[in-house]
Amino acid sequence: MTAAASRSAALKVEGLTRRFSGLTAVDNVSFEVPPGAIHALIGPNGAGKTTTFNMIAGALKPTAGEVLLDGRSLVGMRPDQICRAGVGRTFQVVRPFGQISVAENVAVGALSWTDDLAEARRHALAMLELLGLADKRNALPGSITLPDRKRLEVARALATKPKLLLLDEVMAGLRPTETDRMVATFRRLNEETGVTIVLIEHVMRAVMALSHHVVVLNYGKVIAQGTPAEVTRNPDVLACYLGVEELS
Amino acid sequence: MPVELYLNVAVSGLLTGLIYGLSALGLSVIFGVIRIVNFAHGEIMVMGMFATLVLFRHLGIDPLYCVPIVAAALFAFGYLLQDLVVRRIVHLPDYMQFLLMAAIAVMIVSLCLMIFGPDAQGVQVSYAYDSFQIGPLLVDKVRVYAGVAALVVSGLLFAFFRYTDTGKAIRACGDNQTGALVVGLNVRRLFALTFGIGTACLGAAGAILVLLIDVHPYLGPSYTLLAFIIVIIGGLGSLPGALLGGLLIGFSEALAGLVFQPSMKSAVSFGLLILVLLLRPQGLMGKISR
Amino acid sequence: MIRRLTDGLPRRALALLLLFAVVMALAPFFVSDYVLSVLIISLYFAFVGQAWNLMLGFAGQLSLGHALFVGIGAYTSAALFTHFGIDPWVGVVAAVALSTLMGCIIGYLGFRFSIRGVYFALLTIAFAEFTGIMVDNSAWLGGSAGLFLPVKNAGSIDLLNLRGPPTLFYYLILILTGGALVLCRFLLNSKLGLYWQAIRDDQEAAEAAGVPLFRYKMIAVAISSALTGVAGVWYAFYYNNLFPESTFATGRSVELILGAVVGGVGTLFGPILGALILTPLGELLTALTSGLQIDGIKTFFWGFCVVAIVLFRPSGVWPWLAGLLKLDGRAR
Repeated sequence: MTAAASRSAALKVEGLTRRFSGLTAVDNVSFEVPPGAIHALIGPNGAGKTTTFNMIAGALKPTAGEVLLDGRSLVGMRPDQICRAGVGRTFQVVRPFGQISVAENVAVGALSWTDDLAEARRHALAMLELLGLADKRNALPGSITLPDRKRLEVARALATKPKLLLLDEVMAGLRPTETDRMVATFRRLNEETGVTIVLIEHVMRAVMALSHHVVVLNYGKVIAQGTPAEVTRNPDVLACYLGVEELS
Repeated sequence: MPVELYLNVAVSGLLTGLIYGLSALGLSVIFGVIRIVNFAHGEIMVMGMFATLVLFRHLGIDPLYCVPIVAAALFAFGYLLQDLVVRRIVHLPDYMQFLLMAAIAVMIVSLCLMIFGPDAQGVQVSYAYDSFQIGPLLVDKVRVYAGVAALVVSGLLFAFFRYTDTGKAIRACGDNQTGALVVGLNVRRLFALTFGIGTACLGAAGAILVLLIDVHPYLGPSYTLLAFIIVIIGGLGSLPGALLGGLLIGFSEALAGLVFQPSMKSAVSFGLLILVLLLRPQGLMGKISR
Repeated sequence: MIRRLTDGLPRRALALLLLFAVVMALAPFFVSDYVLSVLIISLYFAFVGQAWNLMLGFAGQLSLGHALFVGIGAYTSAALFTHFGIDPWVGVVAAVALSTLMGCIIGYLGFRFSIRGVYFALLTIAFAEFTGIMVDNSAWLGGSAGLFLPVKNAGSIDLLNLRGPPTLFYYLILILTGGALVLCRFLLNSKLGLYWQAIRDDQEAAEAAGVPLFRYKMIAVAISSALTGVAGVWYAFYYNNLFPESTFATGRSVELILGAVVGGVGTLFGPILGALILTPLGELLTALTSGLQIDGIKTFFWGFCVVAIVLFRPSGVWPWLAGLLKLDGRAR
């Protein structure tokens, strides 16, 4: 693929808050991702991870707080503007364009930076090759397997040439060998292009292997952050995952 | 005098509005549970009107007594329509459903045309020209009876959904179809019942409406649109909203007919529809669900 | 340009399309006046169906008020012609401008206030019916008594004023239908088309992939309403009379889109095929039932046929037929 010189961006989230009629889904969340880093966002179900993603990507308006991409505020921008500003995202539940081919799905992403359909199609093919989907390019998304649809989701996000990639549980449901392949792909991508990655993930195998830094959310709040090793030793984190507080 | 005129028109508009509301309930029930927009709404009501006409002419039954009979007949019609046809299209995209219902509407219109001919026909009840005098108000007796009948039927419907097990089960289906299946409800039967109840409302409304207006085969579309307007204004799927919307439209149409030209009165309704869509798409009584 | 249009089309498809075009072009020399009139109406529905399909089938926005754009186009050009003697070639510019403006107003309101699906369809109905009532009350536009275009020296062809025999209107609508087919094929295979399809399939996902929803939906409505406005001009000059009730009514809108739905929403050839099935079907039923002397029996069977087609070919007749003919089923 065409490796652009620098496609890294720093992400800074400050005091991000979202309330849904009484319920505070995300509560004063702050973290920083340096350019080129891979951060993981973990936490139990309902901790506010996807809501945080939705606010970064502009799908949801924050009740309060700030999202800065390379120092530039993203709050108030539309999702497509944020995409063009360099944020690519995947959806937790895959959302392919069902009636167009796999290759065209990815080409839609590429059209965010080019008006030339032929160029977009070429780039789409490169992305599909990167993710091992090239042989499925003419299939409709409904006819490929779920792991392949997850790859498609990633390919479409990557095709937008993001500086920051938001991956929402792209390894869920993959077999261990598939997970390892996906991890390798992201690592290579990160090394080659320098793209900054934030991933929501439950598959700890992937989190451990990929991320430089982990942010742990519970009930909408950041309860710990640090290196993967630090976080997994943190008693608060263990408590929220295993419910130890009732026992001790 | 003008004040009394306005008052009279307003009251009769509200009474008509109750019938509109009842008819709109039929649309709302079906949409709220089965998620089908019944594009043959007005035509089904016209069927009810013709049925009443036949009962009145040949058996001499007062349209008000026809209400339960016609409602029962249209219940059966709706039940079968859902179970035989509509059930097969619920998974299709919106426009396919619209189209199928529109085609069914064409068939109903044609059928009415074949049997009854194109001319407008009405019933002549003995109390057609009587009226009640309440203070300065002078209200047609038929209109009062019609309004009260519509209110009674609506009340029965509310009671059904609130207090009976079947009614509750239908509401459960509407809230969460998968959940209803999981707890073992017979969704297919409940959907057919729901469609039947919706068309029964139309039958009742049609039987009552015959008292007020003459019926002809091409009457349907305008009542379909009217019911859409009412249901959107009240909140799609909300039963109290449908009744409220009916009152509002009956009232505003009556006044608009007085203030502007009568031919402009549905323009007011469509204008109102546009405003509600833009400013409060969930309707006056609807929940926000997006 | 031509390469780009035919690229990816199977040979057979091209050959069949060419054959179809030739047959249609030569038809007036072989068929009776009656068959010609049926073909004319079929092509009119094919053209409007194509325009409507662009909005729903490509961009996913359901309009049930397309009669509005026909009406605006028709009334604009007809009023300019009857009141000021402005010829339809100038009139069409005004007609398209006005119907596009109306389309943009509806689109703007619908998309800005995020009115979707059924609600958006109802918004289009409301605008169509509302406009119909306004026209009904406008003496300048003839009101409910109708607007009539002066018919002079029928028989000779007056291209400037678009007065002439049915053959003239046949070729006009044939060119329009063919042009719309080419235009749609071109649009569908462009950035615009791909963005539309993305919006149609999943609006949020499209937005996340960088598609500016509002702009692209507006373009779809604008093109669709403009094309439909052109159809309106043709309609006015072909029929020479306009009545608000039969022009703007929702039933008319449904009739306009029936062919496209039966043929196959989202396909290129579906609207043409659908119109060429439904209109002749109606005529056939008229012929079959005319001996019975029963009002309504024809429309009854017509409705029945539509129900049957929808139940048995829910994604349209064209994808099925294309499969039979071993063409690309998606008819791209």
